[in-house]
Amino acid sequence: MSEVKIFVPAPDRLPPSNTLGPIAWVRENLFGSIISSIATLLFFYLFFSYVPPFLEWALIKANWTGTDRSVCEANTAGACWTFINVRLEQILFGLYFASKPEELWRPTLIFVLFFALLLPLLFERTPGKKWLSIILLGVFPVVFYFIVYGGSFGIPQSNTTQWGGFLLTFALAFVGILLALPIGILLALGRRSEMPVIRSICVIYIEFWRGTPLITILFMASVMLPLFFPAGVEFDKVVRAMIGITMFQSAYTAEAVRGGLAAIPKGQAEAAMALGLGYWRRTVFITLPQALKISIPSIVNTFIALFKDTSLVSIIGLLDLLNMAQTAARSVEWKGYDIEGYLFAGFIYWAFCYGMSRYSQNLEQKLDTDRRN
Amino acid sequence: MTERTRIPLHRDPKVRAILVQVLAAVVVGYGFYSLFQTTVDNLVARGIQTGTSFFDEVAPFQIGFTPFFDYTLGESKYIDVFFVGIQNTILVAVLGIIAATLLGFFIGVIRLSPNWLVSRGALVYIEVFRNVPLLLQIMFWNFAIFLPTLPAPKNSIAMGAFYLNARGFHTPLPVIENTTGVAIWIALLTVLGIGLLMFARRAKVRFEETGQRLPVLWISLAVLIIGGYIFYLVSGSPLSFDEPVLGRFNFKGGGQLPLPLFSLWFALTLYTSAFIAENVRAGIQSVSHGQTEAAYALGLSRKNTVNLVTIPQALRVIIPPTISQYLNLTKNSSLAVAVGYEELVAVWAGITLNQTGQALVIIGMTVAVYECLSLLTSFVLNWYNKRIQLTER
Amino acid sequence: MTTDTHMASAELGDTIIKIDELNKWYGQFHVLKDINLDVKRGERIVICGPSGSGKSTLIRCINRLETHQEGSIVVDGIELTEDTKHINDIRREVGMVFQHFNLFPHLTVLENCTLAPIWVRKSPKREAEDIAMRYLERVKIPEQANKYPGQLSGGQQQRVAIARSLCMNPRVMLFDEPTSALDPEMIAEVLDVMVGLAEDGMTMLCVTHEMGFARKVANRVIFMDGGQIVEQNQPEEFFNNPQNDRTQLFLSQILQH
Repeated sequence: MSEVKIFVPAPDRLPPSNTLGPIAWVRENLFGSIISSIATLLFFYLFFSYVPPFLEWALIKANWTGTDRSVCEANTAGACWTFINVRLEQILFGLYFASKPEELWRPTLIFVLFFALLLPLLFERTPGKKWLSIILLGVFPVVFYFIVYGGSFGIPQSNTTQWGGFLLTFALAFVGILLALPIGILLALGRRSEMPVIRSICVIYIEFWRGTPLITILFMASVMLPLFFPAGVEFDKVVRAMIGITMFQSAYTAEAVRGGLAAIPKGQAEAAMALGLGYWRRTVFITLPQALKISIPSIVNTFIALFKDTSLVSIIGLLDLLNMAQTAARSVEWKGYDIEGYLFAGFIYWAFCYGMSRYSQNLEQKLDTDRRN
Repeated sequence: MTERTRIPLHRDPKVRAILVQVLAAVVVGYGFYSLFQTTVDNLVARGIQTGTSFFDEVAPFQIGFTPFFDYTLGESKYIDVFFVGIQNTILVAVLGIIAATLLGFFIGVIRLSPNWLVSRGALVYIEVFRNVPLLLQIMFWNFAIFLPTLPAPKNSIAMGAFYLNARGFHTPLPVIENTTGVAIWIALLTVLGIGLLMFARRAKVRFEETGQRLPVLWISLAVLIIGGYIFYLVSGSPLSFDEPVLGRFNFKGGGQLPLPLFSLWFALTLYTSAFIAENVRAGIQSVSHGQTEAAYALGLSRKNTVNLVTIPQALRVIIPPTISQYLNLTKNSSLAVAVGYEELVAVWAGITLNQTGQALVIIGMTVAVYECLSLLTSFVLNWYNKRIQLTER
Repeated sequence: MTTDTHMASAELGDTIIKIDELNKWYGQFHVLKDINLDVKRGERIVICGPSGSGKSTLIRCINRLETHQEGSIVVDGIELTEDTKHINDIRREVGMVFQHFNLFPHLTVLENCTLAPIWVRKSPKREAEDIAMRYLERVKIPEQANKYPGQLSGGQQQRVAIARSLCMNPRVMLFDEPTSALDPEMIAEVLDVMVGLAEDGMTMLCVTHEMGFARKVANRVIFMDGGQIVEQNQPEEFFNNPQNDRTQLFLSQILQH
């Protein structure tokens, strides 16, 4: 046996200097080929042609303060955020609350509470997420009812027709999501049922609501709901919209949950059956929790769509965020500042939808890696 | 011998299943029936007899834009309104689908560009247009951008014989002057087309036998355009163009795309293209890296790898959700009501419903139209999925 | 793999692959360190080592599926640089078989094999198909020509992958763990094909854990660890007299069973 050599590994070196660092990155990512270089130059040209003027108009030279349009008319080079400033309560809370400053604490408190409950849920490490969700879905609506709807505890009543702006958008979306979830789950379970009548009813329901545009459904709800019931049964307009939105949303939620249910291996239900659990017990304790967890990204995607779709109620005359912004921009006092109105409302919608979308993407990635491990 | 025990009825799963289903059917059936009855009664109480007889009544309102059907105020009936509505919905849907597909594929592909700026630019585009409500986008473009900035007809932006102003987009329309001339032209074009098909077939055979390729697509395009123009002159230029001419207040003659249609189409295109771009990106990325590596290892050029290996596999993943997006676009066209474009929901479930009060019939028909479109889409999707099923064990 | 007798070496020709002072980084991470390697025509080299040692990365550098930052690689007189013409010329002469086969699922077996000859070598279709059928017979699955990859077993797919590469008439074949993704009962059929190739004089670089194959076929076994070539030797010497402590450790781990 010859002498064993001890292998000494060569030391790690740094890569050649021209492959690291910002210059190398720029060379590779911005000027990697002739086409790429042309695209980069074109991009810079377009960027510097449009973005600085826009920023100038929107931020640098914009008008922020003041109480009427004279401020904006004096300085037409900048955006008129004064308009938003003055009409902020209207756009956020609707005409009723905006006209009663002493009641503003009610919607404000609700929003603060909502975000306080929601934000911890978005972070991974938060403990007690299950309890937070239960509070958010169970307790919060009750608090919402008592504080915003009022009528008890000495709080003056403001019924749904008096809600407006972002408050109305929020209420429509929240109620839609809250009610659509259990209905959607039942529909998804029913669609997988072995009883043909139940399955057909669920399939027809789901395909019906998914096959027609929401605006038609809102027209249906708005025009036909009063006809469905004997004269004397009254639904106010907001409730009609809520019903339409809920039924529409429940079909999409059902499909999202169905995807999650399909992803659970059959062995799970079989193991539960072997243990002697009946249909409802094994569905509620074994199948559904796993299915819901998997389908959360899909469900969040339906929420994003719903949040955007609440804007359609402006067509049937409800004063939601979009309509409020638009109406304010068309009022005699602020005529001509449509762009500011749309940009502001658009930004609020965008912030929520983009936020939910990022959350859903991150969750999907995390669930993928979880499953692979 | 053990006697077979009878299962008590309430524990027999078959009996239970039947009972549950019968109960469900009865409840649902009765629910619908009573809903229907109440609705009819309520309508009668408002003086409206539910029926379709109003189809033949003359509609008391004008519809400005009907490119293919004739609509005359005072003559056309309500049922004509229905068909004009469908025509306009299909028109904006087709235009939107074409534009959204082209734009969406472009953005989706450049989203994967190695150029950081280009790829992030595409990302910004996608995330902005996806996350703002479509209705807001439609109204923004129409009321905040186009309406205020486009000039009055007097000061239209002129591009040759095309004019753009706050009323809409005016184009020249071809008018047939000489029907025999047009017939000759079409005949010549057909001959040209057949010739090109034969050429394409011969080129393919040549490729298989010798391995040499001809750029059939470019040659055909060039021949079609140049030959088509020559044939047009030869058959005596049988078309003339009805050009829009500025009258006292507006343009007369030619074709007109009203501004609401343009705004609706514009917003639908931008919005839907963002979703299609995401589908395209996901589809391309779904082709495993090993596929492109194997193709490169065999010496295939980048162009050939993309055409022969990546695109066929990517399309399988891209097409189904994109077809769904086409259906969404068609459904979303119903937002036309916000800008005054006369499509189905606006004129039928909007104006006609207001005028006649026939809620059941009108809304029923509107819903039926969209449900049919949905069913059609489902069939197309299922057919496509079956066809491209990768043959596996 | 029943016999232990080592295959007789054919006359080795001139150098076909010359790698000089090759260094590669992934970002800051130094994955290939000062690799020097001469491969002669007709030589059969087996590269082994623990995972993460850079063996796959090394052979992937040869056909530019990975790029190197320092050093040079010359294949059959053509230097491997950024120049796409050089890269395509080299790829035409170098065939690669992947661990996960990477057959094109939307094409039949025959079409998989004729794709590159038709589009790269511009062969007429009939000629390409004749060549493809010949190689499919060589790998013993001519009857599967019109099936799709999804209909074949793993071992069959890998044999198709080998035939696909051979249809381009390469001068060198690179194998990146060709049997690692196969069920045990299919490994033999693929190794048999590879042994057949070696008998016909193909120059081969093979990253693998199949030491029986190495013993039977290889002229040289190279052991890599931490991005460096630690030891290389003829198989007999390599397995019986490992010179380095690292090699001994590695061999003791994998030769246990």
